[in-house]
Amino acid sequence: MTTSMPGYAGRLLYVDLTSRQWETRPLPGDLAREYLGGRGFVARLLWDEVPTGADPLGPENRVVLATGPLTGLFLPCGGKLHLGAKSPATGGYGDANIGGHLAPELKGAGYDGVVIQGRSPQPCLLVIEDDAVRFMDATPWWGQGAIESEARLKAELGEAFQIMTIGPAGENLVKYACISHDFGRQAGRTGVGAVFGSKRLKAVAIRGSKDIPVFDARAAQAEGRRMYEVCFGKPGFEEWTPYGTAGVTDWVNEVGAFPTRNFQTTYFPQHTEINGRKLKERILVTDKGCFGCPIPCGKYSKVKVPRGMAYVEGPEYETIALMGGNCAVATIEEVGYANYIADELGLDTISGGNVVAFAIECYEKGLLTEAQVGRKLAWGCLDSLVFLLEKIARREGIGDLLAEGVKVAAAVIKGGSDKFAIHVKGLEWSGYDARYAPAMMLSYMTADVGAHHNRSWAITYDVAMGRKSLEGKAEKVVELQHIRPLFDVLGLCRFPWVEIGFELENYAAIFPLVTGWNYSWQDLLRVSERIWNLTRAFSAREIDHYGRAFDYPPPRFYEEPVPDGPAQGQLIPKPQLDELLDRYYRIRGWDEGGLPTREKLQELGLQFVVDTLGPKLS
Amino acid sequence: MLLATRDELCSGCRTCLVACSLQVYGVVNPKKAALGIAAHFPAPGRYSVITCSQCGTCAEVCPLEAITRRENAYIIDERICNLCGLCISSCPQEAMFTHPDLSTPIKCILCGECVRYCPRQAVYDLHGEVSRK
Ligand code: SF4
Ligand code: SF4
Ligand code: SF4
Repeated sequence: MTTSMPGYAGRLLYVDLTSRQWETRPLPGDLAREYLGGRGFVARLLWDEVPTGADPLGPENRVVLATGPLTGLFLPCGGKLHLGAKSPATGGYGDANIGGHLAPELKGAGYDGVVIQGRSPQPCLLVIEDDAVRFMDATPWWGQGAIESEARLKAELGEAFQIMTIGPAGENLVKYACISHDFGRQAGRTGVGAVFGSKRLKAVAIRGSKDIPVFDARAAQAEGRRMYEVCFGKPGFEEWTPYGTAGVTDWVNEVGAFPTRNFQTTYFPQHTEINGRKLKERILVTDKGCFGCPIPCGKYSKVKVPRGMAYVEGPEYETIALMGGNCAVATIEEVGYANYIADELGLDTISGGNVVAFAIECYEKGLLTEAQVGRKLAWGCLDSLVFLLEKIARREGIGDLLAEGVKVAAAVIKGGSDKFAIHVKGLEWSGYDARYAPAMMLSYMTADVGAHHNRSWAITYDVAMGRKSLEGKAEKVVELQHIRPLFDVLGLCRFPWVEIGFELENYAAIFPLVTGWNYSWQDLLRVSERIWNLTRAFSAREIDHYGRAFDYPPPRFYEEPVPDGPAQGQLIPKPQLDELLDRYYRIRGWDEGGLPTREKLQELGLQFVVDTLGPKLS
Repeated sequence: MLLATRDELCSGCRTCLVACSLQVYGVVNPKKAALGIAAHFPAPGRYSVITCSQCGTCAEVCPLEAITRRENAYIIDERICNLCGLCISSCPQEAMFTHPDLSTPIKCILCGECVRYCPRQAVYDLHGEVSRK
């Protein structure tokens, strides 16, 4: 079947919550060809739609949801939805990605993306059902947990709806509030849940029934079959899937990179109590996959602790790292329970785990007192965690400050706490301490959204190529920063490639059959580079003096050697960080201050960025 | 062949639904599949796979005799069927579906595609003639 733009639904939905108006617009062909979808659409639409200087939590900010050209098709793992906004956590470009079944449903409803602006007078739900769009009063659900709300909305609207919700943390504008879907999947990072909350948008419910147009359906079917067969034949298909992301816990400890007690150290002796094996033996209920996934990483579990019983999806590795090791919580049941509390409250477990650990360290050092906090805090204490998470989500007492994230909290608490406020650009650090892994360190320093691993997970490269050496590290980071985000552009999960060695060529092979466009893999990478430069430019447009100064890790990572474990004695001194940055900027065609040059922007077809940033550029 | 399921293996990925729509109707649309996935969350946290057992109830109740057995599967003759819906409400497995684009109910024709591509072998051929690729 051929249509005007195969691979795409062909429409964007624009919603204004203030006036409760909506309209559809044809998907512009040049947007599709130059940005492809997903993260590309998010980046370009935010650039075009968000007024410069907009308050991230004001009505003029936009939330963009976007599918990709490979979303929802018969191929492995096309179930990812990308979303973004000007980030309340960093003030710059922010995005997050979510699996489950939302993206295929949205595309099946006939939309490649949704642009949401404004602020609803009352709490509201946005319901998208094929061509019909309506708004519902969400007052009855306001204040309820994210997962509880999803269950109740399914009961009210029907099982067939795919639903994204926020919890109390999003409603109360916690800077790291997430968006939840499918009973335990999250768009976790950069505070997208707070942007929903600021718009008084409790939930989006989607149901679609349309065919997804494909350029050559039979050829794409044959290629899709082949792709699944390749996955079925990989050793990791049987070996990786039973443990999912939790399976990496032991390895991260063995290489001395496991966040432990607010990144004080990098090896957690009790890690074998919170690893994938313990998850599978003690709490697993079922494997749970996203749309089209042959290697379901979702580990849906049931945990019992003295506080209570809970169902929770996970804990996955990031939660094990940040709410387990980083808070020194040492049983899989307790990590699972903390995970459940965070999920219901609608808090990102990565930032949440960082903030709690930061607070405990402040308490330990006497920078926060029992009177200020409202109770004693201790490492490994589930009650401390739950207490703080609830205070944060409701912005009560100390929670009001901690809801701002570690960067802001450290600026208020002072006493040198900025040295152990573990973030980059205002976004808390995810699950890999990089003091003994220069490529990984550079990955965190330069990720566009802040300290997140998914743009470049380079620690395996460090381990393979030499832990101290800087040689080739910047090159590798740039390469990965183009490959990995491409999955977010195309609407795919990257785990088949990362975890079971599914070859990248497979995606290049199916892309022309779906779209009818003869893009090579190099062409696709070029798009990814264009997007990378655009997100950098977005942050430079929105944040004064943005650039190099925003690309450093906290002092702990260049001043405090790792005290024990496999990475004992390691750190990366500041001059080496500068050397890494210099090389990285040079490879990228950026100036020493960390901004793209005019030439680079022009080469990538970003003249409109040059026109806007003008004098800031060299 | 005959479809059978192992619900406890299902991960809810819906690969089977897309495989089915593509094989039977030539389109990518999980809403045009002749099997279904029901998710039971947050508790007890499991999936069930809804498949046609080829029991023939639909053929028995069809007032127009539009459904007849061909080899192992009951097949709807689209020239006769007027979408009265009686078969759908009579199906003991609740394994017949409708879609606004289509003029007959959606019913399994035992093509085997879901079996070949269910990554988990949660839907399989009871007779072992067809298996996952
Ligand atoms: S590997 Fe995990 S995140 Fe990726 S598609 Fe499968 S279930 Fe979803
Ligand atoms: S056997 Fe064929 S027609 Fe029947 S449910 Fe499976 S894919 Fe669909
Ligand atoms: S393909 Fe298999 S595992 Fe996936 S939903 Fe269908 S029956 Fe379940």
